[in-house]
Amino acid sequence: MSDITTANRPASSAPAPDVLDGIVQGDGYKYGFVTEVETDDAPPGLNEDTVRFISAKKGEPAWLLEWRLKAFRRWQTMAPPDWAKLDIAPIDYQAASYYSAPKAAAGPKSLDEVDPELLKTYEKLGIPLGERAALAGVAVDAVFDSVSVATTFKDKLADLGIIFCSFGEAVREHPDLVRRYLGSVVPQGDNFFAALNSAVFSDGSFVYVPPGVRCPMELSTYFRINAAKTGQFERTLLIADKGAYVSYLEGCTAPQRDENQLHAAVVELVAMENAEIKYATVQNWYPGDENGKGGIYNFVTKRGACRGARSKISWAQVETGSAITWKYPSCLLEGEGATGAFYSVAITNNRQQADTGTKMIHIGRNTSSTVISKGISAGRGQNTYRGQVKVLSGADGARNYTQCDSLLIGKRCGAHTVPYLDVRHPGATVEHEATTSKISDDQMFYCQQRGLTAEDALSLIVNGFCKEVLNELPMEFAVEAQKLLAVSLEGSVG
Amino acid sequence: MSKLLEIRGLRARIAGGREVLKGIDLDVSPGEVHAIMGPNGAGKSTLSSVLAGKPGYEVTEGTVRYLGHDLLAMPADERAREGVFLAFQYPVEIPGVNNMYFLRAALNAGRRQRGQAELDAQQFLKSVRERLKLLDIGDDLLRRAVNVGFSGGEKKRNEIFQMAMLEPRLAILDETDSGLDIDALRAVSDGVNRLRDPARAIVMITHYQRLLDYIVPDRVHVLADGRIVASGDKTFAAELERTGYAHLVDAA
Repeated sequence: MSDITTANRPASSAPAPDVLDGIVQGDGYKYGFVTEVETDDAPPGLNEDTVRFISAKKGEPAWLLEWRLKAFRRWQTMAPPDWAKLDIAPIDYQAASYYSAPKAAAGPKSLDEVDPELLKTYEKLGIPLGERAALAGVAVDAVFDSVSVATTFKDKLADLGIIFCSFGEAVREHPDLVRRYLGSVVPQGDNFFAALNSAVFSDGSFVYVPPGVRCPMELSTYFRINAAKTGQFERTLLIADKGAYVSYLEGCTAPQRDENQLHAAVVELVAMENAEIKYATVQNWYPGDENGKGGIYNFVTKRGACRGARSKISWAQVETGSAITWKYPSCLLEGEGATGAFYSVAITNNRQQADTGTKMIHIGRNTSSTVISKGISAGRGQNTYRGQVKVLSGADGARNYTQCDSLLIGKRCGAHTVPYLDVRHPGATVEHEATTSKISDDQMFYCQQRGLTAEDALSLIVNGFCKEVLNELPMEFAVEAQKLLAVSLEGSVG
Repeated sequence: MSKLLEIRGLRARIAGGREVLKGIDLDVSPGEVHAIMGPNGAGKSTLSSVLAGKPGYEVTEGTVRYLGHDLLAMPADERAREGVFLAFQYPVEIPGVNNMYFLRAALNAGRRQRGQAELDAQQFLKSVRERLKLLDIGDDLLRRAVNVGFSGGEKKRNEIFQMAMLEPRLAILDETDSGLDIDALRAVSDGVNRLRDPARAIVMITHYQRLLDYIVPDRVHVLADGRIVASGDKTFAAELERTGYAHLVDAA
């Protein structure tokens, strides 16, 4: 195990990029509004009754309640992880409410039955849910606090045998599938936050693509935290059966609040023989203000299992929000010739902290994985790439390539790279490349001399830095992601 | 004819450091090409940096008027949008940013400033093709990231191509000839000559007389120890070639 810190507060030998160092708070976060809806909340606190309350609210079968209670008992014996390079104030798990749902949202319904306030909210977020107004080629599941409020294009997808619905609906309508796969990739006791999620998860999305079907549209889930003093604990389960293909995208926003709110999600992916899953995330939870007040604590466990031969799973993430991000989307490369990929852009500005990366576990023969990570630190942001590549003894011909680039803007931020390599096969090929660079005064001046403003110059340079990752995002969202990068860095030039 | 650039008593130093420009006076009219020569350390590159607004320099005295405006009061990006172009001695690499994308962003920034409509992709491409033809350069540079992996000659040609696209009123060429072999020098010079225009002034900063064989200036100045110590017409360059400028430097 190695801990290589490639850069921390770079030496100030070069002329100070004063132009990059001014910290002014832009009015950057556009999604900080609150929707006024009547809600049905669990009282604050967390005990077995809370778990029973949630399960009852959702009308769950006994096996699922038992599953939750088992997870809860496990969680009580666990401690929060402390190995990440994150400075987290102690969290009072009894202070939050673990369930909040808009009153009118109970049960599945057609779009014209959805509370207009909620539809308006999603429109304001740029996610129109009316199918006529919807983004062409994108089906959306909209999760508002603890429940899914709408899922679009369900019928069209059902014609192909594709199941795309809220997790709650999947439990009711497709219990066998849920029971077979739930917890099969991320076990209940995997880690503190996964155990917590397993006990109190509320809603999320469920996808099943049958054998040989290529999903004709992007599937996406839009997560919105609205209520105060609650956490969001969603659970997403996505299965691509033999030879199936699906591309999935999730987006996240939350109101601007002074308190920290907890978001602890679990995502499980299963790819069978010859199946391919592309999973993209644009995470823009409220990051807190320039002094670090408020913001979402984003503690997420995401893992995909390449079960079948030649299966492929690719994670792409653009992480711009949250006060704290703790997240390592990973791949278990079980099938022969399976391929895993992780493409990541993580930005920390002001007082944001991110500790993110991936785990690539090579189990089967001839498995390969690619990791491209781009970390950008501005203000007093701290950004850590933490990645593990593990090659088990049976993984003949395993190959990994990791490239890990950090970009520093200003003099008070930090970038850290922590690769763990655990190779138990003498024939494995594992490559790791890491670079750290600063946006130079010369680059800024060159752009400005051609007429670009400092903000435009910065955005151009940063987008260039992230290009290999942005190229992996679905077309519809690549442009949005580029804009988001610019907004996230607002105020880091003065 | 009214002056495009009027420099009066310009004194400047490296921020917090020594004085480099010790009183520059220079007038440049539209359509003219001026060459500024002189030994290393005379202040040639500082002059181009100060005119372009590069951070890290302090003007302590003097004025610079550009098309009647106070140039020194404008930030660097505004100067650029108002038509001041600097061809860099060492063009900077910007990884991942496509050369064409960069140029279009720059071009449209200038157009917005002048109240003109932005060029769409098609209009822009048409303009690019015309300039490529004018400068007789291939389109291979355009598909690559800004200056990344370019040879020295390619970088300099790319600067002149940008100049052709941005159509500045004042172009400052900072040691554009440095590091070029004779073929590349000829190609770059041909490009610059094609961009001579009655409305445009060009200020060439160079260490070597050979550039002036290819781009024949209207005026030649010798800069030594932060001052212009001698000026003349194009025949002055030939004279300098014979005599060198050591005697001018010593006199200064």
